[in-house]
Amino acid sequence: MAALSVDSLRKAYGDSEVVAGLSFAVQPGTCFGLLGPNGAGKTTTLRLCLGLTAPDAGRITLGGHAIPQDAQAARARAGVVPQFDNLDPDFTCAENLLVFGRYFGLPDAEIRARIPQLLEFASLSGKADARIATLSGGMKRRLTLARALVANPDIVFLDEPTTGLDPQARHLIWERLKQLKAAGKTLILTTHFMDEAERLCDTLIVVDHGRKIAEGSPRELIATHIEPQVVEVFDESCGRLPGFVENHRQLAERVEASGETAFFYCRDAAPLLAALADEDGLRYMHRAANLEDVFIKLTGRELRD
Amino acid sequence: MSVSLLATAGWFPVWQRNFLVWRKLALPSILGNLADPMIYMLGLGYGLGAMLPSIDGQPYIAFLAAGTVCASTMNAATFEALYSSFSRMHVQKTWDAILNTPLGLADVVAGELVWAATKSLFSGAAILLVITVMGLTSGPLALWALPAIVLTGLAFAALGLIWNALAPSYDFFMYYFTLFITPMTLISGVFFPTDQLPGWLAFVGQCLPLAQGVALIRPLLAGQVPADALLHVGVLLATAAVAFAIALRLTRRRLLK
Repeated sequence: MAALSVDSLRKAYGDSEVVAGLSFAVQPGTCFGLLGPNGAGKTTTLRLCLGLTAPDAGRITLGGHAIPQDAQAARARAGVVPQFDNLDPDFTCAENLLVFGRYFGLPDAEIRARIPQLLEFASLSGKADARIATLSGGMKRRLTLARALVANPDIVFLDEPTTGLDPQARHLIWERLKQLKAAGKTLILTTHFMDEAERLCDTLIVVDHGRKIAEGSPRELIATHIEPQVVEVFDESCGRLPGFVENHRQLAERVEASGETAFFYCRDAAPLLAALADEDGLRYMHRAANLEDVFIKLTGRELRD
Repeated sequence: MSVSLLATAGWFPVWQRNFLVWRKLALPSILGNLADPMIYMLGLGYGLGAMLPSIDGQPYIAFLAAGTVCASTMNAATFEALYSSFSRMHVQKTWDAILNTPLGLADVVAGELVWAATKSLFSGAAILLVITVMGLTSGPLALWALPAIVLTGLAFAALGLIWNALAPSYDFFMYYFTLFITPMTLISGVFFPTDQLPGWLAFVGQCLPLAQGVALIRPLLAGQVPADALLHVGVLLATAAVAFAIALRLTRRRLLK
């Protein structure tokens, strides 16, 4: 049985349909990515899955419970790391965990016994009595992750867990999420960082305007949707790029220009690289195609606000 | 741990959270809640009271002391349900965090309701203690004022939570005081007997919840059983129940849309 299944889900606010017929299923013990540009309906989808708002149509089952009818029982087995920290500023780290555990109906003794290992998991062992205001952004995120685990959930929802963190802090969060997956937890992740999704997700869907536009493992998506090699060519402000693109378009399967950069998507990049070797004033980078290329191809380059 | 336990007492961990925060700041909180009404009571009671005849056989300061207990109870519950609840709901997003657990919105709002009533009990009981030490209450019947304080607190907590659910910002709460709390305080018999008012205004005052609390608490502090006690208890309970239902509905519309 799927840990979470969503079938033909719809939710509209006024005239705009934020979730427009979304279906997916998440297998237990896997990490599932929900990707999409701003306003694609990711956070609304998570809120629907947790029973925090009622769908206009469709069916959701979380941990065997029908949502939203049985949402409170389903949330007893779920942990949530929200997009914006909402730790209790009046409490210490340990008190935050204690108070949160009580919301799950856990006895104080049981929560207190778990606090040391939760703090250790969050690399906050020395911070039990530290106030929230004294923590860095990365520490707050880790404490929020530990808080989500206070009742030992089967499934953890993570809404942009590393947004705003420095690289060290992101790597530590990724490490911990891998540990959770190894321990058999199901993870539901929304993110804007394609490298994050590529590292962590077993399966992911790309949504835009509330609809699923692609589904698969990161590798499958790259193999299905995009040429394997990418050459990014940068104009060193001498204006040669448009001419170069015009003359060498046939060396790539697809070319996209974006400002001072052209992206050549190729099956075989050798002829293009040879041509570039003779060019002055152009800088280039040859790399394997990645999930970000897929994402941009599927959702377009224009800004979403 | 069972789901049935959560279903019946889901408000309790929410109340417990607020209590734990309060405990860290308890002494300044109690002194702050006590000082302001006591200064008014002593100043007006002795200063103004010296020029006034006794009211229904009571010196003015004793009359005002009972009114002060009621007004402070109302104010404590109202401040908590407006400013403090709004901070937790809108600014700190504490309610959002709780809603990600097995607790539901009814648990959160009920926890806030009982907590605001608890704050009003702390405030009312502290004043009751001081005026008893000053000899302004008579007899053990005054202890029955404590449940009457809780009832009054519940009614004003629930009314405040309605306004909280509608508030776009803290500024919005000023209207609640200017349009509702302050005029009500003046026509509910806190500072002077309502028979000083034009008949229609006295009648309006009598229908408002503060007057119900005054009608219970003032006789109890004077050592008398209140007239129509059940009626006043019933009105306060009904106010709390109806206002809570409205507040819950409006908060659901605000947070779970």
